[in-house]
Amino acid sequence: MQCESKPRAASSREMMMGSDAVAHGVRLCRPQVISAYPITPQTHIIETLSEMVDRGEIPCQFIKVESELSAIAACLGSVSAGSRSFTATSSQGLAMMHEVLHWFSGARMPMVLVNANRALGAPWNIWCDQSDSLSQRDVGWVQIYCETSQEALDTIIQAYWLSEKILLPVMVMIDGFILSHTMEQLMVPPAAEVDAFLPPYRPRHFLDPDNPETFSAAAFPDGFYELKKNITRTMEEAGDVLADGCRQFAERFGRRYEHVEAYCCEDADTVFCCSGALTGTVRVAVDQLRRDGHAVGLLKLRLFRPFPRRELLRLVKGKKRLIVLNRAVSYGVGGTVSQEIRAALFQEENRPTVHDVIVSLGGKEVFPEMIEQIARRAGELSPMESIWI
Amino acid sequence: MLWNVTTAEYLRTGHMACPGCGASLSLRHALKVLGEQTIVVLPACCTSIIVGGQPTTAVSVPLLHVPFATAAACASGVRRALLAQGRREVTVMVWAGDGGTFDIGLQAISGAAERHEDFLYVCYDNEAYMNTGIQRSSATPQGAWTTTTPGGKELEFEKKDIIAIVRAHRPSYLATATIAYPDDFRVKFERARQKSGFRFLHLLAACPPGWKLDSSSSLEVTRLAVETGIFPLLEQGDDHELRLTYIPESYQPLDDYFRLQGRYRGLTDEQIGFLQEQVSRRNQLFAGKS
Repeated sequence: MQCESKPRAASSREMMMGSDAVAHGVRLCRPQVISAYPITPQTHIIETLSEMVDRGEIPCQFIKVESELSAIAACLGSVSAGSRSFTATSSQGLAMMHEVLHWFSGARMPMVLVNANRALGAPWNIWCDQSDSLSQRDVGWVQIYCETSQEALDTIIQAYWLSEKILLPVMVMIDGFILSHTMEQLMVPPAAEVDAFLPPYRPRHFLDPDNPETFSAAAFPDGFYELKKNITRTMEEAGDVLADGCRQFAERFGRRYEHVEAYCCEDADTVFCCSGALTGTVRVAVDQLRRDGHAVGLLKLRLFRPFPRRELLRLVKGKKRLIVLNRAVSYGVGGTVSQEIRAALFQEENRPTVHDVIVSLGGKEVFPEMIEQIARRAGELSPMESIWI
Repeated sequence: MLWNVTTAEYLRTGHMACPGCGASLSLRHALKVLGEQTIVVLPACCTSIIVGGQPTTAVSVPLLHVPFATAAACASGVRRALLAQGRREVTVMVWAGDGGTFDIGLQAISGAAERHEDFLYVCYDNEAYMNTGIQRSSATPQGAWTTTTPGGKELEFEKKDIIAIVRAHRPSYLATATIAYPDDFRVKFERARQKSGFRFLHLLAACPPGWKLDSSSSLEVTRLAVETGIFPLLEQGDDHELRLTYIPESYQPLDDYFRLQGRYRGLTDEQIGFLQEQVSRRNQLFAGKS
């Protein structure tokens, strides 16, 4: 994130937890229906939203359902009936939603879901990794990973803006505990400015007895194939639409976000790549390594679906090596994000060597020194095998 | 009531139901009572196919296809959206089979009923997974053949008492009906329509291929289900007690009901006697209450 010009209207500067930042982001988007089921570490989000609804700060229906499957299904009903809707979940809850996640994109229903990244059992583990959301990479949802609570608040507003334009759902990721449960000073934009950026949801198709339509009726193979092709095309264009949204957002609110954000990359030969709050840790490591004379940089992968191939290729051009720091593993292949990056680079002639590092799973602590160690040993790393710390 | 049937059709001709399908006949008449200001939420079931594939549809009210286990949750969302938008004059109806109700959808029903969500849940019960080719569900009656109970469903596995389960949630309306008794059927749909809160209707719907019936006898068989007492016509009163809305002058022997259906062909006389005793006991219980 870069702060550019001054924002037009005064935002309020506040100190709050990541979960509360999410709740404020949601409040500013004026959802008409919220449906949620509690799961650690998402709970503070829905507790704060419950209080906001209770105090009349969000005039909406809040459905306190009996499972995550019903949480997302209730939203399928409410969006189909024409209401902007919201849910938040984590880990097992997101896994339980899987079937309906597919249904949303297939039905071209706009939706925003916040996922507090957490490991999936077994064994039980409540701490942060990205195996929950990366397991859902093929469900047809845009995926955006946030580094800070400010970014989470801002991204929710951008997510509704994007989702209602492209008629595909958007999943916004924050690190469980690392973001959700920590305090940060951030700017809360005024409601009128958000209203000006994000117009009310006006669906072209919704359940309406005065204009009866059937939604998601069985499609025969040829029609089904066409519908899925359309989703792929829309998803491919979604990156440019989001970039446009981020530009407009920056003009209005003064905070600019890129699909892939480069830090100290211009003269770097070795570049780290990661996403989420881990980026903050790696920034510290990069600063230290720079002081020690290492030509290292950092790429923050904010957008994961659609995969920002073009932006990535531009930024890694001429680099010697790319060290991908993964918080999820695809068993038998390696880090999930590494595979995506390798696939994106494959057609390039002068591509950097990609090193696959499984840096943390299930909340295993990552310290800047560990990242520095990896950089110092970069020359010895084999590109053929995954590196476990 | 019977003489007020509208000529308007909301399930139109050209749908894909089998001949003699109890589900499609029930849907046709249900929609005639509920009228055009109705939104239908439809989980996976025979009706998902019956209403037709894209780009056609046989239903002329808004219809939302939803994943199998989610009907009651989706309907909750539809209703809340209507509330949020101030659209109050619309009936929201779930139309689900027995698999989607007794089995995979039960948790969502319990959740919606506990929250007193304002919609009508209709289960058309054809007593097995008919759409996938006749596999047993927890609504399959004892002794009935299905492809997964090739020797007949075990007698110790009684059909799940869905009415008792829903009743435990204190719904605002609860009844059973069949289109073989169209007046009773229409009265119950009308009462359900007029109430608010969570309403539940359990319909018995004959399935000629699944029950191994002649398609011309599906209404006759459904009528016999009521006349034998194996499917009593019930309604929950304002005092939350269940009462019969129709009492046969004398109950027909269960054997008459079984004999018309190939799915019961494997039953022995002893087994029929056992099941008859069960049903007779229940008939007496209801007779005492009504």
